[in-house]
Amino acid sequence: MALPQPDGRRPAPAPVPFVILAGAGATFFVLPLLGLLVGAPWRSAWVLLTSSEALTALRLSLIASLSATAIALLLGVPLAWVYARVSFPGRAILRALTVLPMVLPPVVGGVALLLAFGRRGLLGGWLADVFGIHLPFTTAGAILAETFVAMPFLVITVEAGLRSMDTRFEDAARTLGARRWTVLWRVTLPLVRPSLVAGTVLCWARALGEFGATITFAGNFPGRTQTMPLAVYLALESNPQSAILLSLVLLLVSLAVLVGLRDRWLGTS
Amino acid sequence: MRSRVTAGLIAILLAACAGQRAPAAPTASTLTVFAASSLTDAFTRIGADFQTAHPGTTVHLTFAGSSTLAAQIQQGATGDVFASADQATMQRLADAGLVSGSPSIFARNRLQIVVAPGNPRHIGGLADLSRAGLIVLLCAPSVPCGRYASQALHAAGVTVTPASQEPDVKAVVSKVALGEADAGIVYVTDVKAAGAGVQGVDIPARFNVTADYPMAVLQDSRQAALARAFINYVLAGGQQILARDGFAAA
Repeated sequence: MALPQPDGRRPAPAPVPFVILAGAGATFFVLPLLGLLVGAPWRSAWVLLTSSEALTALRLSLIASLSATAIALLLGVPLAWVYARVSFPGRAILRALTVLPMVLPPVVGGVALLLAFGRRGLLGGWLADVFGIHLPFTTAGAILAETFVAMPFLVITVEAGLRSMDTRFEDAARTLGARRWTVLWRVTLPLVRPSLVAGTVLCWARALGEFGATITFAGNFPGRTQTMPLAVYLALESNPQSAILLSLVLLLVSLAVLVGLRDRWLGTS
Repeated sequence: MRSRVTAGLIAILLAACAGQRAPAAPTASTLTVFAASSLTDAFTRIGADFQTAHPGTTVHLTFAGSSTLAAQIQQGATGDVFASADQATMQRLADAGLVSGSPSIFARNRLQIVVAPGNPRHIGGLADLSRAGLIVLLCAPSVPCGRYASQALHAAGVTVTPASQEPDVKAVVSKVALGEADAGIVYVTDVKAAGAGVQGVDIPARFNVTADYPMAVLQDSRQAALARAFINYVLAGGQQILARDGFAAA
């Protein structure tokens, strides 16, 4: 039963109360999913899932969460690199601000986004006046909200990877005459690939499940800003059966990706 | 050492048992009231008054959208009283056998258009809400205020494309107050509660919808008599407080 250790030995057996506590912990996570599975209206599942509202919400959720992940990669990887490699005054505070959305209640995050990117916001007012760009109540706004909440997961994961990697490979590449971009692309990023993948997946999963910041900043309109979690929330009141089914789809998609990637890229099985 | 710990444990257990067996003081009780979010201010005050009138009673208030509360009650949330912002939601609970006795209408509400202070976009009525370039918010169709708004718009023959269907009426008011939206259709009482941050534009009676607020004792209530007393209190002394918040008498 026990997993073999890297050196092939079996680990010492754990004390029984410890195993019981672990079992209780696992049950705590399995039971709610089981509740959804048991409570789901399987008979009408196909009709509910292929309804146009469900498909519209699912499509929008995929578009928004993938776009948010792409933006997070574009901005988050350089940011993680700076946090891991460059020392500058105020780095600790800036870094704390970057991970703040992880602990901030998402609704508060949404209000903060309105105050920054809204029509009367710090930057939003200027965006509206100069470029005529309005972010609240648009799909772009939903993507912005998801990025805000999800990007910290990517940044801290990649930063941890960069900190724990052996920098001598980069030094060797540079002494051999490789340019900065080449070192980054051919040495650094491939070496931190596990953290890069893990961070990307976490970021995407968080973006997919995002609710509070999205409904506060982008509002709720089918096809434009009503992502799956919003559809679930509103359906919970008028059509709970459909809400349970939508939640299950959301859960299963995330679960499939998390399990699949764990085996494929993180080197654990 | 060990025996002392055991003795301590036994003492705690005995104390716990004794505590369980001791009869509660006859008046010490907690009344749990689920109320629609538009009732937040009025019921907070009514609850405090009721506590004063019934010493030893604690009124525990939970505010949320009526349909959210109904969903919670249907999923097994226990409480004593439910006050809804619409009849349909109350009826849903009654149909599910979760309500004891027939609900009493305790207040009426009307709709108003909420705009920024000074009405900078010069919105005079429902017809103006269909103007291009205006950011209009409505409640989601599943929420009472969304249903009422679409009834009023239908009566006025106006088609509005909202920028968003908000999950509750407070969200509409706060986004207009923040300046992110130009107008929304909400209850008169919400405009009043928001104070100077927003302004209300009246909807003529021929288009307007009257929202009846029913309240009832929940089937699972363990103190139905006290719950009934609270409802009677709202129907009597509570009316003045409700009127101050903009509710019309039932």
